[in-house]
Amino acid sequence: MAKSKLEGRKVTFHDMCLRDGMHAKREQISVEQMVEIATALDRANVPMLQVTHGAGLGGNSIQHGRALATNAEYISAVVEKMTQATVSVLLIPGLGTMDELDEAYAAGARSVHVATHSTEADTSPQHIAHARKLGMDTTGFLMMAHLNDAAGLVEQGKLMESYGAQTIYVTDSAGYMLTDDVTDAITRLRDALNPETEIGFHGHHNLGLGVANSIAAIAAGASRIDASVAGLGAGAGNAPLEVLAAVCDRMGIVSGVDTFALMDIAEDIIVPLMDHIVRVDRESLTLGFAGVYSTFLLPAKRASARFGVPARDILIELGKQKMIGGQEDMIQDTAMTMARERGLLDAAE
Amino acid sequence: MKKIKCALIGSGNIGTDLIYKIRRSEVLEPVWMVGIDADSEGLKRARDMGLKTTAEGVDGLLPHVQADDIQIAFDATSAYVHAENSRKLNALGVLMIDLTPAAIGPLCVPPVNLREHADKLEMNVNMISCAGQATIPIISAVSSVQPVAYAEIIASLASKSVGPGTRANLDEFTYTTSNALVKVGGARTGKALAIINPAEPPMIMRNTIYCETDDTPDQAAITASVLAMITEVQKYVPGYRLVNGPIFEGNLVSVFMEVAGLGDYLPTYAGNLDIMTAAATRTAEMFASEILAGNLTLKPVEAA
Repeated sequence: MAKSKLEGRKVTFHDMCLRDGMHAKREQISVEQMVEIATALDRANVPMLQVTHGAGLGGNSIQHGRALATNAEYISAVVEKMTQATVSVLLIPGLGTMDELDEAYAAGARSVHVATHSTEADTSPQHIAHARKLGMDTTGFLMMAHLNDAAGLVEQGKLMESYGAQTIYVTDSAGYMLTDDVTDAITRLRDALNPETEIGFHGHHNLGLGVANSIAAIAAGASRIDASVAGLGAGAGNAPLEVLAAVCDRMGIVSGVDTFALMDIAEDIIVPLMDHIVRVDRESLTLGFAGVYSTFLLPAKRASARFGVPARDILIELGKQKMIGGQEDMIQDTAMTMARERGLLDAAE
Repeated sequence: MKKIKCALIGSGNIGTDLIYKIRRSEVLEPVWMVGIDADSEGLKRARDMGLKTTAEGVDGLLPHVQADDIQIAFDATSAYVHAENSRKLNALGVLMIDLTPAAIGPLCVPPVNLREHADKLEMNVNMISCAGQATIPIISAVSSVQPVAYAEIIASLASKSVGPGTRANLDEFTYTTSNALVKVGGARTGKALAIINPAEPPMIMRNTIYCETDDTPDQAAITASVLAMITEVQKYVPGYRLVNGPIFEGNLVSVFMEVAGLGDYLPTYAGNLDIMTAAATRTAEMFASEILAGNLTLKPVEAA
């Protein structure tokens, strides 16, 4: 009897713990830790892993936090130890530049997620074309996908495809999408994009749907899935890779990864290095419920501690104002404005 | 009163908004608009507003420069064609105000260094970017109090206010603005970040300025300097407003600004458009006043 109707379907997993996971560690993963984790992932036959500052190339900043090393230092240290895995980077135009992509390529990165907000794909043509010129495996990554409808995502995905992107991702940065939303978006993209263009899905686990949404994406035609061992990522984390791998094994979906090895990495390496247990808690659930960028979690908690406004209130307000990825400065700004309105801040401040 | 006649090159958002700003000036008069598509909305609007237009690019304007006594041109095209536009017009003695990120001329932020450029009789001055115009005055206000090791700015722009040229060339925006935080703002190093937000109704342009000072910041002096600078910018951009800060944490100074526009061409949320066109207009006015007062005579620039 078939294991599932998806038996035999092939999928490429792309691990995010050394990029999205940087957010959960406030960018404080050392080069040595990165090499240890990446080496273990490579050994577990994970085919792709992303290595950069949480905000990608150009991410080292006051806005996004300063990492312990430069992106080039992280990438070259990891690449040197890889036996089969491809190392990728994140590039958000407006933050990262083509110069920084050149540096990442020189350090050994061979794949890139070129990321824009889900309605702003036309800010990416230079970067996508440049990545292709370098010969990199090039993905167009539509962030905060819940802020566009399926028809809009198709239009934006086709733009990125026209610039040269070989894979188009639906990126649920807020962990807000319901399973039917994922099915609808991926199905429409699969119909509209060229047959050789791959489709990917990047989930966050804020509503506990990371694994279910990833499976729905595969069922609708996605062949690349971002996930993270032990879910180490922003908000309640990404889809936990070892869980997704186990479900895929049960369903007969072919990924080629060693599920037991991933379970060991999660338990023995990732969980012990977490500063807080990455899980669905009051604030990360708020992200998924209100449609807020997952990375806002920790800065909102810090602003809450500084200005005395509950983090959940700040996050809900940011959701109302439709703040998007990259607007981390507006967390402190919003917290200050709310604190003043509540009489918690001296009007002169 | 006599006015200095101006040409506008580029018929997109910026060029169109400039018509409104220049028409209001006591020393400038918009005469020509240059585009590349005869059917473009910008050229049609310019014709309706009484400007002469050409769809032949800068070459369509050159034969009329002398007859129509054009002395100042504003370039709102792209960094790629600006150098050629500037060379051709400078050769005819036309002063160029550059609103592209080309930055071949000295960088100008009116309340910081405009006087200096007028004194040097520059023939090409660059207006950097909207984010630069909105944030460099604040960095300069901090760096004039004490040394700034690093300045970082985040500009959030409403999606509807960002035209195709900026979108397709975001890196030029990033490089030019980052460089100007240092060259004009006075920080030792700098970094500029841009965010394009599609929220409806559109968000008003926001700018956050972070400065890291070498030594413990002098809070009272910095606050006074920042507030004084905001008043200076408000003279030409009335919607330039402090939302939060300056707030201090260790050596970090943070200032949160908002820029509402006058609503000339695009609605008031597009403060990014206004601060650019208002700064360019103010810059041109300074030169025009000098010309009218007989202190400045523009001369053709020999091609190198």
